[in-house]
Amino acid sequence: MATINLAINGRPRTVEADPQISLLTVLRENLDLIGTKYGCGEGQCGACTVLIDGRAQRSCITRAETVGQKQITTIEGPAHGERLHPVQEAFLEEDALQCGYCTPGMIMSVVALLNRNHHPTQSEIIDSLNGNICRCGAYSRIISAVQKAATSLAKSEIGTGARQ
Amino acid sequence: MTGDHIVGVSVPRKEGRDKVTGRAQYVDDLTLPGMLFGATVRSQVPRSKIGKITFGPGIAWDEFIVVTARDIPGKNVIALIANDQPCLADGVVNHPEEPILLLAHSDRHLLPQAVAAVSIEYDQLPALFTVEQSETRSEVIWGSDNIFKSYLVEKGDVDGIWKKADYIVEGEYKTGAQEQLYIENNGMIASFDAQQGMTVWGSLQCPFYVHKALMALCNLTADKVRVVQMETGGAFGGKEEYPSMIAAHAALLAIKCGRPVKIIYDRLEDMAATTKRHPSRTRHRTALSKDGRILGGEIELTIDGGAYVTLSPVVLSRATIHAGGAYYWPNVRITAKAVATNAPPHGAFRGFGAPQSLFALERHMDRIAQVVGLSPVEIRKRNFLQPGQMTTTEQTVREPLDLVRLLDRALELSDYHAKKQRFAKENELGTSRKGIGIAAFLHGAGFTGSGERNLSSVVGVEGCADGTIKVLVSSTEFGQGTKTVLCQIAAETLGLPYENVEIAQADTDQVPNSGPTVASRTVMVVGKLVQSAALGIKQTLMGSGLLGDSYSAEQFRSACRTQVAAHGQFRSWARYEAPADVFWDDDKYRGEAYAAFAWAVYVAEATVDMTTYNVSVDDFLALQEVGKVLHPVLARGQIAGGVAQGIGYTLYEKVIWQNGRMQNGQMTNYIMPTSADLPVVRVFFEEMGNVHGAFGAKGIGELPMDGPAPAIVNAVEDALKVPFDSIPLLPEDVFEALLAKREPQSVGGVR
Repeated sequence: MATINLAINGRPRTVEADPQISLLTVLRENLDLIGTKYGCGEGQCGACTVLIDGRAQRSCITRAETVGQKQITTIEGPAHGERLHPVQEAFLEEDALQCGYCTPGMIMSVVALLNRNHHPTQSEIIDSLNGNICRCGAYSRIISAVQKAATSLAKSEIGTGARQ
Repeated sequence: MTGDHIVGVSVPRKEGRDKVTGRAQYVDDLTLPGMLFGATVRSQVPRSKIGKITFGPGIAWDEFIVVTARDIPGKNVIALIANDQPCLADGVVNHPEEPILLLAHSDRHLLPQAVAAVSIEYDQLPALFTVEQSETRSEVIWGSDNIFKSYLVEKGDVDGIWKKADYIVEGEYKTGAQEQLYIENNGMIASFDAQQGMTVWGSLQCPFYVHKALMALCNLTADKVRVVQMETGGAFGGKEEYPSMIAAHAALLAIKCGRPVKIIYDRLEDMAATTKRHPSRTRHRTALSKDGRILGGEIELTIDGGAYVTLSPVVLSRATIHAGGAYYWPNVRITAKAVATNAPPHGAFRGFGAPQSLFALERHMDRIAQVVGLSPVEIRKRNFLQPGQMTTTEQTVREPLDLVRLLDRALELSDYHAKKQRFAKENELGTSRKGIGIAAFLHGAGFTGSGERNLSSVVGVEGCADGTIKVLVSSTEFGQGTKTVLCQIAAETLGLPYENVEIAQADTDQVPNSGPTVASRTVMVVGKLVQSAALGIKQTLMGSGLLGDSYSAEQFRSACRTQVAAHGQFRSWARYEAPADVFWDDDKYRGEAYAAFAWAVYVAEATVDMTTYNVSVDDFLALQEVGKVLHPVLARGQIAGGVAQGIGYTLYEKVIWQNGRMQNGQMTNYIMPTSADLPVVRVFFEEMGNVHGAFGAKGIGELPMDGPAPAIVNAVEDALKVPFDSIPLLPEDVFEALLAKREPQSVGGVR
């Protein structure tokens, strides 16, 4: 067992865990942040995607110990209370989901994309989502939702705030 | 009463907000006090007697709960159709990954090592792995002949037509297994209490299937078993029957240790051990007139059921009834069988047998077109079913069906003719070849034949104490939009805002048995019952004078509150009754197979890269007649999603078998399409209405799985002028076929 200090959704969190354990396990089992999902355990499906220093990463193949000095954002992070993040709003408005299981990871990948690229082209969107599998096949809706979120972030005066 | 319609409008998804915030609770998100974690020790071999079981060194075995077949209080069976599948193998195993014993521990991370430390001695028996091996009966592994189920459909006089035929066209077509690959793996939690009985929470489609299985296994009465569906992260048929097995395992562990037990499969276990789409082989022999009209034909259909019966008879039934497709067969004989092999049982997957037999038929139609010298369009037009004609099971088409018009519209929307010409010209140059292909087909909604009558589904609608409405059904949401559409139907019926209607969690203690969530039956059959039950609520309130002929939402709410205050619980029930004019003969397999068929024409445009032999789908048009579309956004989502899975089935997803076991049970080596591989699916609806469905709806969910494979493979043939008769069609298959075409002698020599 080791003591691991983490910064998650802007809050410091300390856990006692096996240093070999994945970030996904720490989030779900030690911190009860259960919005992040297990899908394949080998970084292929994207259901476990979180932001690590703003970049979309697979938490199932990230050792918790290695991210102690970094800012981690999970699906519990982007909304402010009942006010949804523009990406979440866009997913709802476009019905860019069906079963919803890939959705937290998908949304985190999109948040990461829009943080670094305010006006992604369709092919940039497709490239950035290539590691997130939606077996329900809602891809074209997801792409529309990304475009909608990009527009609404650009229009929003607090756009930069919402991007954090 | 508000004048605005709710049905036909794309209202927001009921559970959408929970899903985008990560608050939706799936089974692995639920933790119960004192809960242990369970794991399954499985067979490493296909067919064997089980010898000595040893618990190896290095594991603190006294900390583990161990369950074997001897711990089962009731019958060692997963109750379904034939009741031949054990919950835990007892003495013999019949397929790789068959469950043998169960372990539980408070630390889930200790389980994999413990499972690996159990060693089992096997005394192996000869095993069968293919349909062909099963047919030889070199070993009898099930019953007396390895046949789970067979059907014979006969119409007219097939034997008399061959000498009248101008052409006789034969073909053999094969389809592979396909993994459902819902992103949420299977999982279940069980909790047992001697007084309360057994409760399970899980990722599942059919609460009452699990309920039935647990009653038999645990020897409990119906009131002592409770099944609760958690949010379910995709199913596609893959959570129709296998959840009963996992619930059974969790239940046995919970009984033994007296604490709740959670079992969550990892991806590898889920892919290797649970069901997949049945592999199939279909042979066609068709007699045609000079002008390309079908005189009759023989269709011989065989599906690989795996080691136990499970749902194979019903899958085979749907495959059989869809084998003649959207065409008129004056004479036909369909012989169909599901055979046993030593693979894990194959099971339900969206389409449920129809994608297999329709792939064969729609490829065969293109073959017929070539032999007769007609275009793929013309051969279909000349043989389409028309109103007044009878299907292969002698069901009369009673609706004003016009498939020629549907096909013409699809050709127009896809710019078929211009593209076909252009591709033919462009294919003479360049490093790629393009083609365009069509598939015309049908899909029956609801249970087959007498199925709905036997189910006798019940639905409830409750007027609550606060004046809102609650829909009570065991029909489950797993992405399709069950919650949303059933609430829409109740709201429309009662003239209330959509927001005033909620739906109960699918909990067998709280909701009636509205049947399983399968067979594209939810909107059509269950929705119609919701409509009836909601009408009962309205009539009661009007009958008691609490509500006038016209009312506002607030007046309704007030009337409902008054009713509950005066009389207590206020519920209205509706039970399915088969329409009087619907007959079905199970012995002769004749009659009204389905209350409604949806009809479709799909057009696929494909490019073959002549360097890599990769096939990509560039454009996909899906035109269908599905009755009244109750929620356009959800309906389009169903079609686009089904087409995506159909493209995977055709071009990407190959299960590699070795001795009955899936070798590529990981997302690294079982490849399915991502956003980068899929075209935008252009979805169009025609609406003809349907007297049997809620507000005229027919089934939608499975239909889009049927058309992509034949449309795409027909497009590949159009591009390369080489026929392909099996799927999945991978680049290596394209390469080999082109090589064989170029060097026929050398390939002939090898064979």
